[in-house]
Amino acid sequence: MRELSLHLLDIAENSIAASASEVRITVLENSETDLLQMSVQDNGKGMDAETIARVIDPFYTSRTTRKVGLGIPLLKEAAEACNGFLKIDSTPGKGTLLTVQFQRSNIDRMPLGNLADTFLQLLIMNPTIHWIFTYRVDDREFALDNDQIMQTLDGIPLTEPPILNYLRELVETGIREVANPG
Amino acid sequence: MSTIKSLEDLKKAREEALQKREMKTAAGTAQVVVAMGTCGIAAGARDTMKAILDTIEKESLNGIIVTQTGCIGLCEKEPIVMVTIGDQPKVTYGKVNPEVAKKILNEHVVNGKPVADHVIPM
Repeated sequence: MRELSLHLLDIAENSIAASASEVRITVLENSETDLLQMSVQDNGKGMDAETIARVIDPFYTSRTTRKVGLGIPLLKEAAEACNGFLKIDSTPGKGTLLTVQFQRSNIDRMPLGNLADTFLQLLIMNPTIHWIFTYRVDDREFALDNDQIMQTLDGIPLTEPPILNYLRELVETGIREVANPG
Repeated sequence: MSTIKSLEDLKKAREEALQKREMKTAAGTAQVVVAMGTCGIAAGARDTMKAILDTIEKESLNGIIVTQTGCIGLCEKEPIVMVTIGDQPKVTYGKVNPEVAKKILNEHVVNGKPVADHVIPM
């Protein structure tokens, strides 16, 4: 995967698989500290210490259809190659917090890529999950909480064309204004 | 920040969606499922999903249910898309790039004719 936003999509899929009902995704870029940090926090079923250790191992996966899981080990390696880290804090029954940090200006740092598509697809494909998205670059911020959106829609599917149009413009514009001000 | 859409805009979009749904009567529901495991995402499933959502939006295709699933064990054939129309058997497609996804929507979901050269025999 060549975009950090694709990794976010992949990590969020783990939260969904862990039966989370609330997932908080935060992406922070700071030009002063030269850091890019991403975190995915869920209230899913969590993992014990042994499982966390195995998740970071490239030959561990919770899936039963295939024996190798590579999403998290590759992201960890990419972060460490950019003076950063990946860590997982998890409590069985409570949830999981995955944090990954990069030196923002590092030449080897993967581009963030299409964060709007990642946010949109998670939102549209998993309407029963409470999503809390934050994207911040220095003092500019885009935040989206789907609570009010779901209440307003009151049962109308997100995949109806006018709703798709609304959501796409909301997320694309919001992220663009944070990434490229002016 | 006036370009940010308001909840009022969402209410209008909802009304519009409701009207269009009423116009369309039960022609059999169409369900589209995209596999979004690590293998699917690495193979380009996000762009495939984007093409599906963009086609629905731009061509105003109402009443299509789009969902996702994880890895289904056919990683080498990703991106994978499954289509079910009404009570017909499910059709599984492999190597669905954005172009093929658009074709599947127009030919199979809208006109009921599966796109034979991308069907995975199950």
